[in-house]
Amino acid sequence: MLKIKDLYAGLEGKDILQGINLEVKAGEVHAIMGPNGSGKSTLASVVAGKEEFDVTRGYITFENEDISELDPEERAHKGIFLSFQYPIEIPGVSVTNFIKTAINETRKAKGKEDMPASEMLKMIKEKADMLEIDRKFLSRSLNEGFSGGEKKRNEIFQMAMLEPKLAILDETDSGLDIDALKVVANGVNKLKSKDNAVLLITHYQRLLDYIVPDFVHVLMNGKIVKSGTKELAYELEEKGYDWIKEELV
Amino acid sequence: MSFKDKLLSSYIALEDYLEFDSPLHDVRNTAIKIFEEKGFPTKKEEAWKYTSLNSLLKKEYSIFPKAENAIEFKTVKKYFLHDIDTYKVVFIDGVYSSFLSETTHDTLDVCLMSSALNKSKYKPVIEAYFNKVAKSDSLTALNTAFTKEGAYIHIPAHKEVEKPIEIINFSTGSEAAMFLQPRNLIVVGENAQVQIIERHQSLSSNEVFTNSVTEIFAEKRAYVDYYKIQNDAETASLIDNTYISQERDSICRVHTFAFGGNLVRNNLNFYQKGEHCDSTLKGITILEGKQHVDHNTLVHHIAPNCESHQDYKGLFAESSIGVFNGKIIVEKDAQKTDAFQQNNNILIDDKATINAKPQLEIFADDVKCSHGCTIGQFDEDALFYLRSRGIGLKEARALLMYAFANTVLESVKIPELKVRINKLIANKIGVSLGFQL
Repeated sequence: MLKIKDLYAGLEGKDILQGINLEVKAGEVHAIMGPNGSGKSTLASVVAGKEEFDVTRGYITFENEDISELDPEERAHKGIFLSFQYPIEIPGVSVTNFIKTAINETRKAKGKEDMPASEMLKMIKEKADMLEIDRKFLSRSLNEGFSGGEKKRNEIFQMAMLEPKLAILDETDSGLDIDALKVVANGVNKLKSKDNAVLLITHYQRLLDYIVPDFVHVLMNGKIVKSGTKELAYELEEKGYDWIKEELV
Repeated sequence: MSFKDKLLSSYIALEDYLEFDSPLHDVRNTAIKIFEEKGFPTKKEEAWKYTSLNSLLKKEYSIFPKAENAIEFKTVKKYFLHDIDTYKVVFIDGVYSSFLSETTHDTLDVCLMSSALNKSKYKPVIEAYFNKVAKSDSLTALNTAFTKEGAYIHIPAHKEVEKPIEIINFSTGSEAAMFLQPRNLIVVGENAQVQIIERHQSLSSNEVFTNSVTEIFAEKRAYVDYYKIQNDAETASLIDNTYISQERDSICRVHTFAFGGNLVRNNLNFYQKGEHCDSTLKGITILEGKQHVDHNTLVHHIAPNCESHQDYKGLFAESSIGVFNGKIIVEKDAQKTDAFQQNNNILIDDKATINAKPQLEIFADDVKCSHGCTIGQFDEDALFYLRSRGIGLKEARALLMYAFANTVLESVKIPELKVRINKLIANKIGVSLGFQL
């Protein structure tokens, strides 16, 4: 589904990602772990198409199509979703109006009519219930004054509504208490199928107890330096990252 | 002959058929002298630093309309709030149109300045209120000298007007260039309530230059909700001078939606004369091309324990120019004043300009005054966030513009008007989103 080949990308002439190779197939869950500043969030943003970053080498394909040059909205239309580490506050636009616009813009891009209002309402209700989101929450301004947990839950709500093929969850576990983490993880697991894939970006192994990855990759200095199965995450949790550094030397 | 000289000689012609024995004649004479002495404001004056009238003054305006021009309702229907019942005071090229208007004398007066000036039964009101709050700056004085027509609205005490009043000034372009000077007087009695919508609309591409004066008096506990819709042709320019005098416990709100026209200057002045007055001044400005809109607000806190709230949002595209000059004066006696002013601007294109200048003059020592002014571009992170959800760049920008304008729009109290303004905004920014704020 997603193939990243020899990807170099960065800001203002400095490469943050230095030769990433990664393949995520439909039905798989991959976790990317790594210390602060290793390039995890940059990788997430580059796949989602943030224009601030320059891709200097390599390419990204999604369902066998090169998406390196596509706008963020075009990637979204193809089924790529990024759950933000720091969701943006947009006062004046309600969660409901925002998600309606996102869904109908995506449908429009695919040549479809707007989703009928009744269908939209039903879907909103269903997904909000699944994520234990209070209905009042949906009429509030997007992310404005939301707690860290509410913001992350709202990200997963958007993911549930947009039903992406590839969901990239950037530090979705940060700022969540254990109960909220369970609700969010449960939501992600329910949305998981053999046809979609999840790329988890995380600092801690904690999330991986609830969303179990098929593969774990360690990102350091802009490169994937080690890949393994979920056992690798436990090893990292126990021993930190230093042993990998030593191994590399 | 300069436009000023032309006006001065026209005044002499006007005098011939005006009321000679009325006290109004003296008011006019004093006013024309002020105009003669001061002339049109220039950029040398601090209050006009960013707005020049030069290009407007070069044109050959006709000052008195030659004929009464009729227009059919169906051609102008869209400018009315036709989906609900309203009172209407409509002028075509400065002349009252009885055909398009719907006035009343039933418990309240919604009628014409010309009849109020000439009929003896209105004399006490005219004498008590006319030109009593208007400043004596040159443009207001010019309007005063030529006062002839406009809306006259008198709401008696305790009257809650059940439907909004629309004041609409159409110009037909029957002359190559026209100078119009509507003069409105609105007196809202004790504990009375009214909603008013004002609009100036040119129906052709001929030049129109309007110098309008509106005086509003809010008596004790009166409630006045006033909306100005400025979405005029590119060849229409407007100087709107509005003066609001508030007695104790009154509430006055003015919303200005500045979307169009060539050059627009809004001189909006509030005078809080009694305790516990509440004043609200809000505006949304969305400009493009070479449009120029200058908001010049004054809130004069004279009495103690009053509040004022200002919230002006501006979006400037292409090479448009915006000015916000907001002055708050708190007099020595106006203790416990709570004055708030906010002005936020987004420059959409590199060539757009905004000149923002908040001014606070505080002479009392126990007050709460705050102001905030921002000038910025679209937040790139917010745009990326919206786009990553499948919302295209154009729509994402539109969504941010709607969101930006929302704090002003949400306080519009007439639902039909809100729908209308939503459409005007959608039209102005070229994107219609599937929802309304």
